[in-house]
Amino acid sequence: MTDTKPDIQSDIQTETPFVPSFDTPAEEGRKLAIICSKGTLDMAYPGLILGNAALGEGVETHLFFTFWGFDMINKKTQSSLKATLLGNTAMHMPQGLGGIPGMTHLATSQLKKAIAELDIPEVPDFLDQIVASGGHLWACRLSADMNHLTEADLRDDVEGIISASDFIEMTAGAQLLFI
Amino acid sequence: MPSTTIAGRQIDVNEEGFLSNPDDWTEELGAEFARLIGVDMSEEHWKLVRFLRQDYKAMGETPTLRRVSTQTGMPVKQLFTLFPGKPAKKMAYVAGVPKPKGCV
Repeated sequence: MTDTKPDIQSDIQTETPFVPSFDTPAEEGRKLAIICSKGTLDMAYPGLILGNAALGEGVETHLFFTFWGFDMINKKTQSSLKATLLGNTAMHMPQGLGGIPGMTHLATSQLKKAIAELDIPEVPDFLDQIVASGGHLWACRLSADMNHLTEADLRDDVEGIISASDFIEMTAGAQLLFI
Repeated sequence: MPSTTIAGRQIDVNEEGFLSNPDDWTEELGAEFARLIGVDMSEEHWKLVRFLRQDYKAMGETPTLRRVSTQTGMPVKQLFTLFPGKPAKKMAYVAGVPKPKGCV
């Protein structure tokens, strides 16, 4: 090292070993709540990725599924979420193509392939991983009622169908993400 | 680059305290890293640490938690039990490899 500038850290040679602080008090009690409101394949992932990352950092994480997001925890639909060109100009394809039969299937399989190549699990497996990491899944009461769904229709690891006010109460002091 | 004395050896670490050069690692050092972060090493812990070192050497990067789980067959839940709180970072620290960069 030929750096002549004084480096504050270069002289750290304390008697107590310098060890990463994994469990700092400032981070204790940190809580994250993610509201998953979308039912398309592309928009299912942001919540899953961030929730999983938060759990890996030791943050208490709650995922609340509402509206279209219900498809992510509905046993019938969780494996068949789709991506579509329609209404999504960020796919950079002419919107007219999106209406052609088969295009949604094509967009979906392309996206699934790209996700699998990065070794990112499919939605049901990803939720399994989140629960195994200590994450909590909750379903929205109004969405359940609107779609005539009960707990029996949802993944077994959904901890409950709760109202919006239950959710607000439960996530007091949490950081909130709406997706 | 900061340095610190662990297990009677002076070693270079990065600004977070992770071992700078994975080649400086020895099992003795790994055992001391674990002790310092409050992890009581069992054969299962060592199995994961050995996998991390071997995978880092082969792939050039530290495996993510998902990769550790799929490659070793150890359930994610158990990884959280063995290295509580921040399993990916803690096992990387003990194994003397950088913390993982991958998102999933």
